[in-house]
Amino acid sequence: MADTGIGASVKRKEDFRFLTGQGHYTDDINKHGQTYAYFLRSPHAHAKIRKVDTAAAAKMPGVVAVFTGADVAADKVGGLICGWTVTDRFGKPHKAPPHPILANEKVRYVGDHVAVVIAESIAQAKDAAEAIEVDYEELPAVVDTATAMDPKAAQLHADVPNNLCYDWELGDKAAVDAAFAKAAKVSKLDLVNNRLIPNAMEPRAAIGEYDAGTDSYTCYSTSQNPHVLRLILCAFIMGVPEHKMRVIAPDVGGGFGSKIFCYAEEVVCTWAAKKVKRPVKWTAERGESFVSDAHGRDHVSHVEMAMDKDGKFLAMKVDTIASMGAYLSTFATCVPTYLYATLLAGQYTAPAIYCNVKAVFTTTAPVDAYRGAGRPEATYVVERIVENCARDMKLDPAEIRRRNFIKPDAFPYQTPVALQYDSGNYEKALDEALKLADYKGYPARKAEAAKRGKLRGIGFSAYIEACGIAPSAVVGSLGAGVGLWESAQIRFNPTGTAQVLTGSHSHGQGHETTLAQVVADKLGLSVDAVTVVHGDTSQVPFGMGTYGSRSLAVGGSAAVKAIDKIVAKGKKIAAHLLEASVDDIQYSKGVFKVAGTDRQKTIQEIAFAAYVPHNYPKDLEPGLDETAFYDPANFTYPAGVHIAEVEIDPDTGVTTIANWSAVDDFGNVINPMVVEGQVHGGIAQGVGQALLEGCVYDKETGQLLTGSYMDYCMPRADDLPSFKIGTISTPCPHNPLGVKGCGEAGAIAAPAALVNAITDALGVRDIPMPASPERVWRVAQGAKMAAE
Amino acid sequence: MPTVSLTVNGKSVSGEVEARTLLVHFLREKLSLTGTHVGCDTSQCGACVVHVNGKSVKSCTMLAVQADGAKVTTIEGLANGAELHPMQAAFREHHGLQCGFCTPGMVMSAVDLVQNNPAPSEKDVREWLEGNICRCTGYHNIVKAIQAGAQAMKR
Ligand code: FES
Ligand code: FES
Repeated sequence: MADTGIGASVKRKEDFRFLTGQGHYTDDINKHGQTYAYFLRSPHAHAKIRKVDTAAAAKMPGVVAVFTGADVAADKVGGLICGWTVTDRFGKPHKAPPHPILANEKVRYVGDHVAVVIAESIAQAKDAAEAIEVDYEELPAVVDTATAMDPKAAQLHADVPNNLCYDWELGDKAAVDAAFAKAAKVSKLDLVNNRLIPNAMEPRAAIGEYDAGTDSYTCYSTSQNPHVLRLILCAFIMGVPEHKMRVIAPDVGGGFGSKIFCYAEEVVCTWAAKKVKRPVKWTAERGESFVSDAHGRDHVSHVEMAMDKDGKFLAMKVDTIASMGAYLSTFATCVPTYLYATLLAGQYTAPAIYCNVKAVFTTTAPVDAYRGAGRPEATYVVERIVENCARDMKLDPAEIRRRNFIKPDAFPYQTPVALQYDSGNYEKALDEALKLADYKGYPARKAEAAKRGKLRGIGFSAYIEACGIAPSAVVGSLGAGVGLWESAQIRFNPTGTAQVLTGSHSHGQGHETTLAQVVADKLGLSVDAVTVVHGDTSQVPFGMGTYGSRSLAVGGSAAVKAIDKIVAKGKKIAAHLLEASVDDIQYSKGVFKVAGTDRQKTIQEIAFAAYVPHNYPKDLEPGLDETAFYDPANFTYPAGVHIAEVEIDPDTGVTTIANWSAVDDFGNVINPMVVEGQVHGGIAQGVGQALLEGCVYDKETGQLLTGSYMDYCMPRADDLPSFKIGTISTPCPHNPLGVKGCGEAGAIAAPAALVNAITDALGVRDIPMPASPERVWRVAQGAKMAAE
Repeated sequence: MPTVSLTVNGKSVSGEVEARTLLVHFLREKLSLTGTHVGCDTSQCGACVVHVNGKSVKSCTMLAVQADGAKVTTIEGLANGAELHPMQAAFREHHGLQCGFCTPGMVMSAVDLVQNNPAPSEKDVREWLEGNICRCTGYHNIVKAIQAGAQAMKR
């Protein structure tokens, strides 16, 4: 079993179908008699809707129906909800303006949904949408996060003065002020965490179906989170009981957070299926994805770090303004608060931290969780200021980190910003990363580059994240509308194969393999004898979906709990078959044994006996099928050190990544191949943010200027190097697998490492992301001219 | 409506199409060959790459009528039953895919690259993939897979 068990790089079970074109993504599914939905979207950033005239459109060829906000309101379909209530620093809940699925009085961003045309073909639906006449009264746009609260800025929502959603704080301000008063040195930075567009390669899609015979709905969706989507659709928007709604999220082509949320399009398709009595299908074009997928990041921050004369951190304070976009998306409010400010301790022992966050509305697409969600923003703040502290103190960047790291014997470690870190060994990761990066050889490489007229720089990022979201009681006390446990069911078949039903959802992470590996290893089965089922609310008991690197830490732990139940029952069956007492049965990897003897039964024999109970314990139920719900005791805390080495051509401004070295601590690793792949992908997204990607709205008009792959620069193969990856392991002490989660690490670590490297090369304190060739060239030329 | 006749994965097919129908839509909707994906509307992403007369082509940039008389191979036509094409096998072996959405286009591009350049360097591979975007893998393993696939295709 060693070659396929826990810890082995088992090749993925899902790959055959993906490689042969036999995956089933939502747009690959077609329903008999289906119609096609096309959304008419707002061309304006902000406007009053005086009138929508659909009469001409309704008469166009192939049109089945046209619906507007008025139709939705008349049918009592609710608006989209935000599932997390943040209490502001005055004890009040955040502002939660209505978010209609089709706009009724106003549009608030370019791409806002105004009407939907349902037709026999998508071409006919598009043609008809052009015949809809909308009378808009244009209003001024407000796109700039930093100035959205300006009293002169346009107001988006009637009861949200100054566009301020909430003004929130965390930490001990008095202690921070006292520490700053006696500091030997204070380092300061103003930082922008650029807005990003997630861009999973599969565009979002939805198919709504209604069955009049059973009065029930089915919604196929590109969701990371099918049960929660069902819950929101039923309980908050459509008023349909959950047993009348089935949500299926089949193969999903990447999510990165953008597919966690409940969107207008899936609601409209599901609702409209009953109205038109036919299935309704919608598939986003890429242009629609750009304007209507929830965006990520978009923070403006000021950070200050107080140090003593040796560069020991005394206190940190951070002020952040975070954009929410035009409306609150499903989890928007918690991203810049509980997923951000709670990580500002980083890997360090600063005894006091204070953070103030103001969330603002702007006339832009909603902003919500994107790969890492809050933690990349926190790491960017911490690792950029730490780098600047090193420069101010003239300390080696590795040395200042070492001086301030939480020591390996200090765990569990209570930070000043709420979290209690479970385990870690930050110095070891740094040491390994320095080796991997050949830090000793760096000065020679820099000198050699200088001979060629190139600027070489090196940058560190010692990140930490809180994953495995999350203990239900904790998130409940912080405002979450759901518990964040996970479920798993293990169904044994009579002939000894098994199915695992998980409430997590795989959209590229390889659960079909890794979860099968866990279950197969513990039950003594071959990986091929285990099938993972996910993404269908009518099959899986319940679930909270996949995001925040929770699938294995929480979902995998639920599977282990279900295995424990299987084993407990199996022991009773084995004791009966082996004529021994239950207490004498020992279980290991698929074999039940009478202690101290060679009498044993395999789990396959036990499963068979459970389904063919001819010789069976009297009071025991037949069958071998167990369900478990697992609520984690804490978050898990993956951490690591990434080192980026860059070379800049001052004549072109092009930054080349010369080396990327990463040492991560994910606790125990189930499948190293899959974990490495996750790290690679994360780094690429972080590099994208730092060098290439930036979502730009026109400040005057609110038009999205980066609305396609021609303007939004996605990382391509020749933008990236091959990576040097290493791992260390401090197992998570509080989940049964000892795993911590690896999905977001690269995206969290990379931007700070890269910008630290670029500013090092250029000899400046900051450069805005994305550090495009033009921006770098300007700085390089400026620096050069100054030197000449 | 115009009629097109072409050979897809070795089978002759013909059908009526609207003049504006793109090859990718013809493959996906008329022939139910859904392995060819649509990832963008500006011909940038490469999720739709197929072979037309042996050369890789973005099937979202070609009208179905332009493929009249051509030999088209899609991802569904690459494997020999349950036996993967060496390039497909290399992607599996080297974990060159995650969500799998870009994968058909990547594999079809890769096979065309190797037909032109039997032993591509890392740089060659990265440059060739200019027209294919993958959001999941960071390309590291795709590059490895393509180089290994090139070796395997020689055998
Ligand atoms: S769909 Fe053809 S290049 Fe994107
Ligand atoms: S594997 Fe997901 S886009 Fe490439």
